[in-house]
Amino acid sequence: MTVDLCGIPLAGPVLNGSGTFDAIAARRAFGDALLERFPFHAFVSKTITLAPRQGNPPPRLWETPAGLINSIGLPNKGLEGFLASDLPELAELPVPLIVSVMGFSRAELATLVQRVGERDEVAMIELNVSCPNVETGLVMGADPAETARAVEEVRALTGKPLIVKLTPNANDPAAVARAAEGAGADAVSLVNTLKGMALDPRTARPWLGGGTGGLSGPAVRAVALEQVASVARMVGIPVIGMGGIASGRHAADFMAAGATCVAVGTENFRDPAAGRRVASELVGLIGEPPPQTGRHRDPSGGHTPLVFTEGAGSSAPGRTRFA
Amino acid sequence: MTGAERLGAYHLIEALDADGPPDPRPGQFYMLAAAERWGGGADERPYLPRAFSHARAHEGRLSFLLEAIGPGTERLAELREGDGLHLVGPLGIGWRPPASGTRPVLVGGGIGAAPLVCLEDELRTAPADTGNIDRHIDGKRSPREAQGGYALLLGFRSEAHAEAASLFAAVPELATDDGSKGHRGLVTDLLRRELDQGTPATVYACGPPPMLEAVRALCAEQDVPAQLAMESGMACGYGACFGCVVPTKAGYVRLCVDGPVVDADLLESALFPGAGH
Repeated sequence: MTVDLCGIPLAGPVLNGSGTFDAIAARRAFGDALLERFPFHAFVSKTITLAPRQGNPPPRLWETPAGLINSIGLPNKGLEGFLASDLPELAELPVPLIVSVMGFSRAELATLVQRVGERDEVAMIELNVSCPNVETGLVMGADPAETARAVEEVRALTGKPLIVKLTPNANDPAAVARAAEGAGADAVSLVNTLKGMALDPRTARPWLGGGTGGLSGPAVRAVALEQVASVARMVGIPVIGMGGIASGRHAADFMAAGATCVAVGTENFRDPAAGRRVASELVGLIGEPPPQTGRHRDPSGGHTPLVFTEGAGSSAPGRTRFA
Repeated sequence: MTGAERLGAYHLIEALDADGPPDPRPGQFYMLAAAERWGGGADERPYLPRAFSHARAHEGRLSFLLEAIGPGTERLAELREGDGLHLVGPLGIGWRPPASGTRPVLVGGGIGAAPLVCLEDELRTAPADTGNIDRHIDGKRSPREAQGGYALLLGFRSEAHAEAASLFAAVPELATDDGSKGHRGLVTDLLRRELDQGTPATVYACGPPPMLEAVRALCAEQDVPAQLAMESGMACGYGACFGCVVPTKAGYVRLCVDGPVVDADLLESALFPGAGH
């Protein structure tokens, strides 16, 4: 099941969501077998910023009904640290590399795109625009005009495909997607996390060190599916769909809704081999007609079991084994 | 699952990880989830797997000590022989060798006794060529054995919790909060007494954050090297989510890949928001 994503051939349609799989740490944990049985058809890096960031103070996680709120705060080594120490390791992955970048101003974003784009190891660049622009105070990705200006700023700086990662915390994500397309984006990906918060049950004060966070996991899947469908109707560029995808059936739904590729995110936390499982389950489903609205039921009842072995036998117990 | 039993206030579950590595290191950990009905408990949880250091590992047979305190541990405690258990691991960095010429002092609080069980096993039985901790070979005493082997100090809430002490080969010095068994008070009272004897020691501690902080402060005061097996809420266990960070003198570190055993020297404090959650 080969896929063409903005001119980049992929062996299949399954990516990871940015920030949901650290290939360098996973290789340390699981060994080089990870490379032989890599879970994704393209790898999206954790978002990098111009300056290094420690990230938010703990606690950073809160488990919700069928989901997770995180407040990680984009810890990363900064552009120079990434280029010097992470990029050579990511270049050893057996799939195309997509580097996610975030700038707190358009000038920062321009530097990031220019410097990352000139590296041969990088196939595509994803613009994480889910942050406030320090110049305007507006969240870039929440506003069509801000998004268009950001894409216009960097479009001419690289010949590499640019993906705009859309936030679901916008009045009209489809309008933002159209603005991105109009400014020269080659693809859009969605959804990023939904804003959420949790209270410490003992104090009734915010639990997360960052105050609020982003909700992901099966809890957001229905919202994500609707946004992917509405964006896909409005743009001609490829859509990378994500949000609670945990099985081949979920991936098939997002593709039926108009996504060219899908990404597995929070499910990677439950199962490091989830990408391979989703891909292999998808192969068995992709030929089927899209399920009829209102009649389709997830056979697992929404409680998708953890499966660490490959194959569609999704109730078979197993363990993570990349070897 | 190959077995499950009550151990006083705790549950001891055992699983066969037939394809797993034969020798997970004491102090490493696994992410656990029930194969069936993981979810649908209180508040429609659990969703994420739960991190546990193994108490024992022998030829793929892993045992874990649980206390049923929330939707995840309650579900795991329901599992019986023949039920499926999903696990990812072994993960992280376990206990390190003691400082040269020192006597290991094992300090456990509550459920934190678990990763000390396999550490004791290694201290007593593993061949010296595993390289990490020297021990007696062919009945001969290692230098450390000759000076008293190791010390085992355990603290529990009550006598029912203290039944976990039966997992150890040695008879521990015990402390309980309610005085129902052993010293009435804290395990760190026992540790202070132990260190006051003046034998050079390396402290291995696992337990609730306030206990670990007391151990850290005491060991810092007496200039005793200490290793702390810590806990912090984890989503993935293998470095992906950056959720389990612990503040250290060198900034935030991911407990799952740079721990869960952390050198006490690295910490300003073992207490931080979310510690032990």
